[in-house]
Amino acid sequence: MPTLREIRRRITSVENIQQVTNAMYMVAAAKFRKAQANILAARPYAEKLDALLGHLVSQLNNPTHPLLDVREPQRLCIVSIGADRGLCGTFNSNVIRETSQRIAQYEEQGIDVTLFCVGRRVRDFFAKRQYNIDREYVGFFRELSFQHALDMTQELSAVYADKQVDRVEVVHNNFKSAITQTVVVSQLLPIIPRAPVGDALFLDYLYEPQQNEIFESLLELHLNRQMWTLLLDSDAAEQAARMTAMDNASKNAGELIDELIRQRNRARQTVITTEILEIVSGAAALEG
Amino acid sequence: MLEKRFKLEIVTPGRVMYEDEVESVRAPGVQGSFEVLIEHIPFLALLETGEVSLRKSDTRRFIATSGGVLEVLRTGVTLLLEAAEWAEDIDVDRAEQARARARQRLSERPPNLDVERAEAALKRASNRLRIAGQR
Repeated sequence: MPTLREIRRRITSVENIQQVTNAMYMVAAAKFRKAQANILAARPYAEKLDALLGHLVSQLNNPTHPLLDVREPQRLCIVSIGADRGLCGTFNSNVIRETSQRIAQYEEQGIDVTLFCVGRRVRDFFAKRQYNIDREYVGFFRELSFQHALDMTQELSAVYADKQVDRVEVVHNNFKSAITQTVVVSQLLPIIPRAPVGDALFLDYLYEPQQNEIFESLLELHLNRQMWTLLLDSDAAEQAARMTAMDNASKNAGELIDELIRQRNRARQTVITTEILEIVSGAAALEG
Repeated sequence: MLEKRFKLEIVTPGRVMYEDEVESVRAPGVQGSFEVLIEHIPFLALLETGEVSLRKSDTRRFIATSGGVLEVLRTGVTLLLEAAEWAEDIDVDRAEQARARARQRLSERPPNLDVERAEAALKRASNRLRIAGQR
């Protein structure tokens, strides 16, 4: 049985922990709102670009491009997107698990895997286990900008066009809502051609420069914006996961404190009872 | 009489930058700068690093961009720009630092230098400085 003083000390320390987790919850909540706003702000660009590409594809017959080129996968690139920081529940471990399972699976099939890591946590995990990390992008979620997406796609499309890899897959958390985040795998390259958007009122454009040159550049823009969407999504999912984790931690701390307070009261009661007993028995001894 | 206006939208990955009726818009096409007025036929053009300017009731506003695409439809004109800044928002100090950095890299030529990229960076920085001067 712990002494009264020990219990009091534990209560204070759990209260401190609760304060910290509560503060982290607030911070995550603020960052989450910002991340959500970023997703909303990115939407018009994405929609317009998709519509434009849809129009253009409807005017092309049989578009070809190195980034559309489907090859039998012998070498594969996996981009694993996690977070720079921990304390966000299963956010990172889910990505890591999915990634390592895929790597093992592909290697069994004799497929070479190239690994790109995004986020310090993911990088550290794979670096520690002697995986071959070909590129790493660490510490940019703090100030996420479109340029980061650009840098990544530039390297990825270079590697792909160069035929160093035959497919690029991205393992990332998908932001569904503040409560659910699921790990999904999306194929980034080759680009899966979009269905043409045929609207009857649409007439062909004048092009400057040639149609196919525009198409090529538009594919690059499309890829950039896809990566940007993935990064924004993962960022929002991370903050949401951290909010949930910290909220749970605060609640658990609260329960622990309640239990400790009960223990403290019981211990105090015991002390008082013993004292009274001593006094009573002392008095009884004097009388006798 | 008031000049006829058409709807112009300028959208970047981060925000809708501009949405209003204008009289004309000028953009840096890869085959040369051009101007779009009302009732232009459907048109799709690639843009390179340069200056976008728009005119509305005799005031011109300038934007520095690193490129993108311009689409003219019957319903209006849309510019999708990967990076864009109003002339009055350009941070001159930062642009100058970027230019100095790019120049230094190009003159030192470190062995792993991506020349194309460094040149593009220099071009962007110079472009921003030039446009900042016009505000």
